[in-house]
Amino acid sequence: MSGAFPAPYGGPPPYAGDVPVLRLGDVLLVSLQGDLHDGTAERLQQDISATVAHSGATGVIIDLSGVEIVDSFLGRVLGDIAAQTSLLAAGTVVAGMRPAVAITLVELGLTLPGLRTALSTEDALRLLDGSAPSLPRRGPARREGP
Amino acid sequence: MKRTADGISASLPIHSDLDLVWVRQHVRQAAAQLGFGLVEQTKLVTAASELARNTLVHGGGGLLECAPVSRGGARGLRLTFGDEGPGITDLDQALRDGYTSGEGLGMGLGGARRLVHEFAIDSRPGTGTTVTVTSWMPGAPRPREER
Repeated sequence: MSGAFPAPYGGPPPYAGDVPVLRLGDVLLVSLQGDLHDGTAERLQQDISATVAHSGATGVIIDLSGVEIVDSFLGRVLGDIAAQTSLLAAGTVVAGMRPAVAITLVELGLTLPGLRTALSTEDALRLLDGSAPSLPRRGPARREGP
Repeated sequence: MKRTADGISASLPIHSDLDLVWVRQHVRQAAAQLGFGLVEQTKLVTAASELARNTLVHGGGGLLECAPVSRGGARGLRLTFGDEGPGITDLDQALRDGYTSGEGLGMGLGGARRLVHEFAIDSRPGTGTTVTVTSWMPGAPRPREER
């Protein structure tokens, strides 16, 4: 019904397409920008789980630095992504949340316990690096001097 | 959609999740135009998103009326969400955190109430629900007349 609306404002049109999931080694990087459709967020949730399962990625970074609001719907999707990837042996880190978004989420009552966070994607990568070997590595992971 | 020249007053239909995006964009733009700070804007847009989703999911769609308000020199933004859905039988229960009739987290109504300065809900089973919220510009003393 409202799909035929012309964009009434000068801002970027709502992003109805799919959010790209980029692979960097063992880590999947997803950068959310602007205002997400509910449907887009739900598709992203499925895409991430599918990609983790068939790529064997051990970490997922969701960059929220371009996101102006997180309501309870998107908050639930983020929590679900973290829970799903955890069952698939990958850790999820949410990176770059804006301070105004964090303040609002707490007031909303959505503190998302269990969601790991980092201030930047760089910090998130370091966090995943440090926690990745949850199982002892097989073989000569680190060699002592000769 | 009707909008006036001030870019603040508008009435926006809520019938799809694309409409939720327009609601968020309009409320952000209106709040920014009135001079709300970033945190206040974010709170108001988030509250609007929760309430618009309620209108869509529980009310079967409806309308948002957005209007600037002023009282004693203070300026604010009033959002009225109306639907003609089934209504809410137990308001106290609906406002409680964690209560959900659908698949959400149950934070929508109670959470939205915490994000705004004034919150009123009028619901009658069988006729629909109207939620009216108002946020005032911080900084300016609210009840005072001077300045």
